[in-house]
Amino acid sequence: MAESALLRVRNLNTEFLIPDQGAARALEDISFDVHPGETLGLVGESGCGKTTALMSILRLLPANARISGQVFFKGVDLMTLPEKEMRAYRWRELAIVFQGAMNALNPVMRVGEQIREAITLHRLMPTREAEVRVGELLELVGIPKERGAQYPFQYSGGMRQRAMIAMALACSPSILFADEPTTALDVMVQAQVLELLNDIQQRLGLAIVLVTHDLGVVAEMCDTVVVMYGGKVAEYGPVDVIFNDPQHPYTQKLLESFPDLNEPTEVLASIPGTPPRLTEIPPGCRFEPRCHVCINRCKTESPPLLRVGESHLAACHLLVDKL
Amino acid sequence: MNESWLLFKRNLADFWRVFRRNRMGMTGAALVLIAVLVAIIAPMLSPYPPTAVIRDEAGRGLTFAPPSVHGPLGTDDAGRDVWTQLVYGARISLTVGFLAGFIAMFVGSLFGVLAGYFGGWLDNLLMRMTDVLLVIPDLPLMLVLVATLRQMDLKISPLTVLILVIGLLYWTSTARLVRSQVLSIKERQFVARARAIGAGNFHIIRKHILPQIMPLIVANTVLILSTAILIESGLAFLGLGDPTQPSWGTMLNFAFDRNAISNGAWWFYLPPGLAIVWVSLGCVLLGNVLEEMLNPRLTGHHLEGEARVVETEAASG
Amino acid sequence: MSASPLLIVENLVKHFPLTPSLVDLLLRREPEVVRAVDGVSFSLARGEVLAIVGESGCGKTTIARTLIGLEEETDGTILFNGQRIGATDRRTLAGLIPLESGAVGTREQQTLPRMSLKHLRQHAQMIFQDPYESLNPRATIFEIVAEPLLVHGLLRKREERIARVKSALEDAGLRPAEDYFLRYPHELSGGQRQRVVIAGAMVLEPELLIADEPVSMLDVSIRAEILNLLKDLQKKRAVGIVFITHDLGTVAYFADRLAVMYLGRIVESGPTAEVLKNPQHPYTKALLSVVPVPNPRLRRERIILQGETPNPLNLPGGCRFHPRCPVAMEACKQSDPTYVRVAEGHEAACLLAQPVTSS
Repeated sequence: MAESALLRVRNLNTEFLIPDQGAARALEDISFDVHPGETLGLVGESGCGKTTALMSILRLLPANARISGQVFFKGVDLMTLPEKEMRAYRWRELAIVFQGAMNALNPVMRVGEQIREAITLHRLMPTREAEVRVGELLELVGIPKERGAQYPFQYSGGMRQRAMIAMALACSPSILFADEPTTALDVMVQAQVLELLNDIQQRLGLAIVLVTHDLGVVAEMCDTVVVMYGGKVAEYGPVDVIFNDPQHPYTQKLLESFPDLNEPTEVLASIPGTPPRLTEIPPGCRFEPRCHVCINRCKTESPPLLRVGESHLAACHLLVDKL
Repeated sequence: MNESWLLFKRNLADFWRVFRRNRMGMTGAALVLIAVLVAIIAPMLSPYPPTAVIRDEAGRGLTFAPPSVHGPLGTDDAGRDVWTQLVYGARISLTVGFLAGFIAMFVGSLFGVLAGYFGGWLDNLLMRMTDVLLVIPDLPLMLVLVATLRQMDLKISPLTVLILVIGLLYWTSTARLVRSQVLSIKERQFVARARAIGAGNFHIIRKHILPQIMPLIVANTVLILSTAILIESGLAFLGLGDPTQPSWGTMLNFAFDRNAISNGAWWFYLPPGLAIVWVSLGCVLLGNVLEEMLNPRLTGHHLEGEARVVETEAASG
Repeated sequence: MSASPLLIVENLVKHFPLTPSLVDLLLRREPEVVRAVDGVSFSLARGEVLAIVGESGCGKTTIARTLIGLEEETDGTILFNGQRIGATDRRTLAGLIPLESGAVGTREQQTLPRMSLKHLRQHAQMIFQDPYESLNPRATIFEIVAEPLLVHGLLRKREERIARVKSALEDAGLRPAEDYFLRYPHELSGGQRQRVVIAGAMVLEPELLIADEPVSMLDVSIRAEILNLLKDLQKKRAVGIVFITHDLGTVAYFADRLAVMYLGRIVESGPTAEVLKNPQHPYTKALLSVVPVPNPRLRRERIILQGETPNPLNLPGGCRFHPRCPVAMEACKQSDPTYVRVAEGHEAACLLAQPVTSS
């Protein structure tokens, strides 16, 4: 599995230093792989660290962050690179579409120009060629070429999101990181955008890392899933396995709390309590306070990621017997 | 209610914790507090009453005497101790400044709330008034007003005239600020909720709008105070103060009028000037820091706990 | 259904006129209007949950705000417990009688008794979407929940108020209630805050709750808690709930009846299970086909509509949906389809809807 991986994240740890409150452990020991053409889902609820993970990989965190670990992209450890070299990777190889990206467009600049800016900033090609490329990108995301001359306010929400995707693809990256790309969109527009992402992925052989809290989107789009909780990986495996044979109690409960249109009469579960404060991480398993099947060991010892199946890992003490 | 006191103490403690780490704010606060203290304990700081003339052994007034054993800041042209005048002058300058500032704050907040909350013709009216006042140059207008009011022999003390004139002309910046805040608070969901519950306008203004804008008003007021003190000094310098109750500005007036400069009596014109700067600077530092700290745009109250830590995380889900 | 409905809405219209441009004024043109709600009718029985579903711009939030009095309707009738609410008090209205299916019929013209807005608000309350924004950040939980009592001058004795607030908080699942009295909203989690909102809405013991996306901003694992709480309240107090949402998944779980809106009109309505199983309107069918479902093995045909919901300023002629409709015909461009009775209590506004032969 490791050899053909495009991106290998190993033991990523991120801390934020806060005056008066010490260190907040936002991420602990995150590891996963992304293969070419694969869609990996980073799933979790607010505060689980999924956006931080993205930002850590791309090294876009504020100054009070301390990151450690390794992030191998095509064999090169991004964590060891000086900022100048890292910039060459950002956008060119690793592109990102942020949450609420549709509002990140410059309102006084034409959309086409903004996309062109993304290309020329990285000095990939002369302006003339860049213009052509902009046209190609717009068509790729389903926006008529002529509309590149318009301003963002003339675009609908869905179109703006597509424009952001076009911008992200400007330098033909190998991996597209998308942070909640459809959260603020209507369900129909969401379907359009997801279909677009699928389409692009197939055409360009792109790998996608999709950060979301919507399990339905994960089921539709992802090949592999990383379930995060409290800054750690709770479970990691192929989408089919995660949805049909979840091993971690959190994953199980999460699936039970997500409504399924086709099974409306099932009682929805909910998980009592709240996620842990990152400045007060308990010594044992982070999910223990809310877990319905925890044992004594869970209070004192943080469970490691155990292999519970082919390509399937879960961090729970109860699974030791299943190994 | 017992509980509100507890809450107030708790909020104050939270505020203090953050404030005391801010050096600029603490400096500003110190400057202002020292000035206020001096004003309050003025009689204790000086052995002489302010109008006493210091005489030498022969009984002659010691005019323009440099700093000496009689007084750390020497004497003025009539032999009166400058240090004494300075500390008593603090009372006048600060009183006029503070009172004028508070009037400006009160009027400005009232107008701002009315204009912002009710909108319509009231808003238009008030904002046009604001515009008019902004257009007319301050100092000439104030000169004219003060001079006119004094001519009218209305039996109000000159200081009161000063306070009123400054207060009634300086509310515009507060009004604008408050109005724009009220406009944005009006649209927030908790106000809609209050309306949906059936709350009337007065209730909403009192319970929902005012608590939100209070901190900003406080910060703005401190800044206004600095302006008020400067203006008062300016007007007094131009001779519009009360010569029987000299403020620092009046002292400057005397100094210049009575040839302190040509006599080289720096101890007469420098101290009041520096004192004015001292207090103004203090107010500005404090006011700026308060504004920064209390600006509702910057307080992400809903991003509490770990979410505030990892602000990007808070945006998800 | 022998008991008269709690809420009857008949032909509700809400237009927002845009400020006229200079050109409009010069040419004496009518300013353009946004027809946010353009003729909506439904009814709600006591203790029933009706979900109004649609995408942004369909008018569902405007309906919520109009029902609670935050907006004044441009036209139409709203009856609460048989009394008129809303701004149309100077007009003589047709009396309305409820039919068995929950639809509404008419009687001869007569004036119905009117209920004041203030009075209405003692009986109908709204739950807002954003648990972070709908609570005054500088008020304590006690003050927030007690506010409705204060505003309406009820329970003037302090002990009585404390007792009522306590029971409202406990009913909303916040126990022990006293622990929460002096806390501020920012000290609570999103789920707790929404409970406070619910407590505040229930403190006056209303008969009608209008919930505007009450769980959209909460984490998935907390949503069920809040929905279950609302379900409980519905049963224990026979509260009728109008549930506004864009999330069809939640609707399946929570609502008795469902109304799908598009561009200011209801295009389909009926019992939830029935509509989900047997959708008749092409829009409903499309929506249902694209709602993401947490089942990776599911293969289904997704009807992805092209483009986005058009601006309510430029409504297409004929059926509003025809420009995007995958099965539109010529006739669809001509006229607005009327409601076709598909089954018991289930109707759809589409020329292609198949009526069921009545049994």
